[in-house]
Amino acid sequence: MIVEVLSWTCLLAGGLLGIIGGIGMHRFPDFYTRLHAAGTTDTLCAALFLLGLGLQAGLTLASFKLFLIFAFIFFTSPTASHSLANAAMLGGLKPKLSNSGSSSND
Amino acid sequence: MRTIITAVLIFAFWLLLSGHTEPLLIVLGVISSLLTIFLASRMKVIDGESYPIEMLPRLFKYYFFLAKEIVLANLDVIKRILKPGKSISPKVIRLPAKKHSDLSKVIYANSITLTPGTVTMDLANNELQIHALAEEAADDLAMGRMADTIPDDEKSAS
Amino acid sequence: MMYAAAAIAILITLGLALTRALLGPTVYDRIAAVNMFGTKTVLLIAVLAFMSGRADLLDIAIVYALINFIGVVAVLKLVEHGNFFTDGKSADEVNKK
Repeated sequence: MIVEVLSWTCLLAGGLLGIIGGIGMHRFPDFYTRLHAAGTTDTLCAALFLLGLGLQAGLTLASFKLFLIFAFIFFTSPTASHSLANAAMLGGLKPKLSNSGSSSND
Repeated sequence: MRTIITAVLIFAFWLLLSGHTEPLLIVLGVISSLLTIFLASRMKVIDGESYPIEMLPRLFKYYFFLAKEIVLANLDVIKRILKPGKSISPKVIRLPAKKHSDLSKVIYANSITLTPGTVTMDLANNELQIHALAEEAADDLAMGRMADTIPDDEKSAS
Repeated sequence: MMYAAAAIAILITLGLALTRALLGPTVYDRIAAVNMFGTKTVLLIAVLAFMSGRADLLDIAIVYALINFIGVVAVLKLVEHGNFFTDGKSADEVNKK
């Protein structure tokens, strides 16, 4: 019963985080800041979802596979984010900074 | 030695993924693990950088610290997304990498990227170029709490 | 019921990521949105595996997690260099040799 409630909470919180991250993708003004919003959904949202599903599965082969997905996401997501930021920087995309005069938010 | 540990790990990985215990399939699994090891050693990727087995115990301690940091940073970014009006102050800062081995430098840069709110844009000449979502996050990073927690290998200094 | 709610939340996120991919404005925005779309797809497949009670779908989720990463890096390389050659040589230069 407690496990049930915990996994419910994890799944709902994960879903909510995902939607918030999606909103952030639209609210933030330029590419680099949007990358942060995408990073949010990559880390805590994925972790909460997989934790919620793992609580449902218990100690089985399925939860091990969920752990594998978790590990893959956590090793590949920063690499992808970094290569995106690096490519954008090398491609000459300038980040909008807060002290560069005009207000940049919304 | 490292090759043997890697071979055992890869076979355990195969076993857990497949979940089969029939003799024929086990033999096929052993063959495919050995083939993987053969290819990996031909590519010369079985070394201290790809398989940092010695560092694992210290890395585990670090992962707990990192998990806490990620949760805190996530909550901060969520607050900034939901707060109406101007809530962010993007900033680009440069930090010294402060690490000896290449592996530790990469772990540091990846940890910075993994915590939401900060992204490593470039790592060159022992210097990290970081884009931060808010000045608070940049200041927190500049204090170097994370850098001090990462295990470092003095021996394999580059 | 619980899985359906989780799946719907993921679908909303997928929709938001997809609109960002369509709106752009830079190519990097689109790739970031596609990357996020891929990560959420992995989660959706995992939720679907539990919803339908078919544990083998989890294997597909694992494979998709890896393919998504490799795909994003490959597309980035293509955008950066204009081709897949490591040193950025064009096909003509290679043909001349």
